[in-house]
Amino acid sequence: MNVLEHVMVPDHQIMSEEEVQQLYSLYTITSEQLPKIYHDDPAVKVIGAKVGDVIRIVRTSHTAGRAESYRLVIKRPKK
Amino acid sequence: MNPEFEEAIRDASLPDKTKQQLRTFLEGKEITREQFSTILDRVINEYMNTRIEACEAVGIIAAQSIGEPGTQMTMRTFHYAGVAEINVTLGLPRLIEIMDARKEPSTPTMTIYLQEEYSGDRDRAREVSWQIEAAPLHEFGDIVIDMENMQIVVQLNAAVCDKRKISVADIVEIAPRKIKDRRHYRDFDHEVDEKGAVMYFMPKDKESYQNLFQLAEHVRNVIVQGIDDIERVVVRKESGEYILYTEGSNLKDVFEVVGVDTTRTRTNNISEISQVLGIEAARNAIIHEALSTLNEQGIMVDVRHIMLVADMMCMDGEVKQIGRHGIAGEKESVLSRAAFEVTVNHLLDAAVANEVDELSGVTENVIVGQPIQLGTGDVKLIAKPLN
Repeated sequence: MNVLEHVMVPDHQIMSEEEVQQLYSLYTITSEQLPKIYHDDPAVKVIGAKVGDVIRIVRTSHTAGRAESYRLVIKRPKK
Repeated sequence: MNPEFEEAIRDASLPDKTKQQLRTFLEGKEITREQFSTILDRVINEYMNTRIEACEAVGIIAAQSIGEPGTQMTMRTFHYAGVAEINVTLGLPRLIEIMDARKEPSTPTMTIYLQEEYSGDRDRAREVSWQIEAAPLHEFGDIVIDMENMQIVVQLNAAVCDKRKISVADIVEIAPRKIKDRRHYRDFDHEVDEKGAVMYFMPKDKESYQNLFQLAEHVRNVIVQGIDDIERVVVRKESGEYILYTEGSNLKDVFEVVGVDTTRTRTNNISEISQVLGIEAARNAIIHEALSTLNEQGIMVDVRHIMLVADMMCMDGEVKQIGRHGIAGEKESVLSRAAFEVTVNHLLDAAVANEVDELSGVTENVIVGQPIQLGTGDVKLIAKPLN
């Protein structure tokens, strides 16, 4: 099965380098300030993103109807 | 609608939902260009006014907005979902459970949707439920303890096996294997008469009756069909399709069952969702579970507050609890952490590690008696010398 087809999983896309730079300059942030997602997250594995990639998540929002969010792929820390 | 207007709406900096509302409102109305631009300007203006200002303490507002109605919740309620009498924890205990990000809820339950060819027919839905509900061996036939020969005789009932769509050959293979693997009991031998559908279990130690009875207990209760964690399945018809409700949850194994709709099936176990479907699904699950727990008690909390809580919990890629082992425990400031729980430990650890408090948050500034950096306290005076 593909987890992205589940109703609870929003759309995940890998962002290009250009888009990522645009994002950073729009909000004047660095990659560290983005929310994170682990490299072994089921949705990350499906789209094949690598550590360091930024993922655009298009959610269906209760308030706005459609909302974009971003997450930086990081390695899962060892316990 | 005038294509010019449509374009203007599309390019406006408004949320999708507002744009859609604007479109439905303007549908079929004759308006001039001037009127349209006034409407659009006012809508944008109104939207800008409703936005939260930068530096607003939204966390405190969310805490108050969930906390106050929370005091009106029932302390302990057990709710039976409809006639199906599936027991689910609701009310305050459930809300606490969600915020604490427990590994397992006190009453795990799943809502299993079926694929189209199974969802319309009660018998086919029941067929899927046999594959899910954990069924112990004693439901498939008679189990007799033969004390004279020190053995346990299992006479399988072919009619029951047939009805539950499992062959005798499968059961005789699964039962001894599962007693060894799942129940970790190995001191027995077994013989099978597949034609007569009879199984014999003999304890290795033939001297003690205790062993015989112990073995009988294992034989009786070994799960031969279904998923071990799912104790009960109830089939119910809702809005024209059959849905399975379960007691017990195992999302991963249920997804493997033929006939299960893997795009809609859900569980109330949030940590399981984050493992199987990912952190974004977990965020959605937290919002859904918290909101439905509150609404079920007739408490209307704005979804924005819950979304903020869910966002904070899922910020770092895994579901973290609100308490001292999660968000509150990872705050930057020592004083802020010490003010929350286990004060002495935090102060001691901070002293050992030579930690510095920047005094940038609200709590630590209240403690030391300085203005907090919010509202009027956020304004700083910069004096320029005259000469």
